[in-house]
Amino acid sequence: MTTASANRLTPYLFLAPALIVLAVALLYPICYMIYASFLDWNPSQRIGEADWVGLRNYANLLGDGAFRESLWVTIKFAAIVVTAEMVLGVGLALLLDRNIRGMSVLRTLFILPMMIAPIVVGLMWRYMYHPTVGIFNRTLDNLGLPTVPWLSDGNWAFASIIIADIWQWTPFIFILSLAALQSLPQSAIEASKIDGASGWQTILYIKLPLMAPVLIVTCLLRLIDAFKVLEVILVLTNGGPGLSTEILSLRIARTASEFRELGVAAAMSNFLLILLMVLTIAMYLYNKAAEMRAARIRAAAEETS
Amino acid sequence: MSAPATGKQNPAFYALLCALIIMAIGPVLMMLITSLKLNVDIMSDTSGLLFMPTLRNYETALCDMLWYDPAHVDYCDPTFGRALVNSLIISITSTILTLVIGTMAAYALVRFRFMGRDAVSLTTLMMRMVPPAVLLVPVFGIWTFQFAIDGTRAGIVLIYVAMNLPFVIWILQSFIVQVPIQLEEAARMDGAGPFQVFFLVVLPLIKPGLAAASIFTFRIAWNEFLLANALADRNSRTVPVTIVNSLTEFEIDWGVIMATGMLLAIPPILFTLLASRQIITGMTAGAVKG
Repeated sequence: MTTASANRLTPYLFLAPALIVLAVALLYPICYMIYASFLDWNPSQRIGEADWVGLRNYANLLGDGAFRESLWVTIKFAAIVVTAEMVLGVGLALLLDRNIRGMSVLRTLFILPMMIAPIVVGLMWRYMYHPTVGIFNRTLDNLGLPTVPWLSDGNWAFASIIIADIWQWTPFIFILSLAALQSLPQSAIEASKIDGASGWQTILYIKLPLMAPVLIVTCLLRLIDAFKVLEVILVLTNGGPGLSTEILSLRIARTASEFRELGVAAAMSNFLLILLMVLTIAMYLYNKAAEMRAARIRAAAEETS
Repeated sequence: MSAPATGKQNPAFYALLCALIIMAIGPVLMMLITSLKLNVDIMSDTSGLLFMPTLRNYETALCDMLWYDPAHVDYCDPTFGRALVNSLIISITSTILTLVIGTMAAYALVRFRFMGRDAVSLTTLMMRMVPPAVLLVPVFGIWTFQFAIDGTRAGIVLIYVAMNLPFVIWILQSFIVQVPIQLEEAARMDGAGPFQVFFLVVLPLIKPGLAAASIFTFRIAWNEFLLANALADRNSRTVPVTIVNSLTEFEIDWGVIMATGMLLAIPPILFTLLASRQIITGMTAGAVKG
């Protein structure tokens, strides 16, 4: 009897620590944030002392040009970065999908940029973008070309953070699409070769469509992560010059710590969270739909056979 | 694409490969080289590889941890040494806690299935999407005013464990599913309790998954800046926080700061070189089985 009840309790015992930690340190803060977004709250107050201002924070944000600018910068950054990384990553994977000896070395070296702290990535690039001692301007100078204000001009600074992000995250897409490529059914590719398809045709009509499910998941994961980038940009430009590189995460951090308006920062966090939630749900629904379609095709195939 | 897999490769192909490798590790090498240079060499116009490598920058950064007094350090700033100790303690503790709690939860979710796999993966996905910046305000408020654990290492560990748990549970689930249930039943027949089955049968079988999960957790805890910055006080600062703090000064001492950056980058680089297979497995499992 005691063992039976112990056995019935086991799953809950195993699950309890995780549930407690998640509830206390993740779920509760998120609910707290939603509540705080309706308050006029500064860091020296306890939350109970803060005034309830209803939707004022949200209304102010929508009317705030700086916030809209930063939202626009975030979306622009995510869109450009993800597109460039998808094209480069998938392209490289298609190009390097061969049996060669150096491949595992290449893959190992390729994941280095992702493993190193974003702070350090920012540091390395800030040094390379340095107006006088950085390698880019030094090379330009040696070639007799005019130097470039990498981090001190708005447009160049935006380009600079995009280059750094592409350096750091293209390998992620490369490795995932290489894994997808190498798990493709060899028979389909052989068949297309026998039918006389050229290399391009094989890629366009066989490989890419077969990889599509993985590619879309990869793309969405990367998109979600692109909205979370913060440290690299913080170290490189700290959002400047002006607001040219101030993405939403950075603006939240600055509103909270420099302007000391926790309520407004919470409202901004809520915006970001809703944006990401829409993306995540889209990704989940797409996955479900793809699974169901695959199941239907399988069922149809079984019926006919 | 048309080249046969075993045949001779185009030389241009190898050139591309070399270019890619240089691009991937070039910035890291540059950081290493800069950290071995004196500031005179860094600022001089004759760039390149002609310089005397020196460990002075590392000595400056780690001065209070050395057993000797480096001659060139006038004033020893203990900030970095202290931060390194904090970083080590915080990331190792949170990795161990996350793994223990996460493995147990993943096992319960797979074996006792009282929640659908769909629900779990949706929750994981939802949690994964929460950016640290979103947690900044509430975690600061709660940790300071309600739990009173701001400025302690325990407070930072708690949020890291919570942030990493969903991902760890997700990864480990896919490894635990592959453990044949017959093995566990056999152990149970021999009289093992549920905890014995878990620790003596299941755990040894999912070692690769544990390796992948621990590397990911350690990496995030080791590299995280934003929340550590909000929660830490002078005595619990981690390395990323001290690096950013020293950057805000007007004159940047590139040699020393590159040395600290290098020290921060060494553990992840070591993991990558030693366990790239596990990392890639973890990464693809996390994305492809979404």
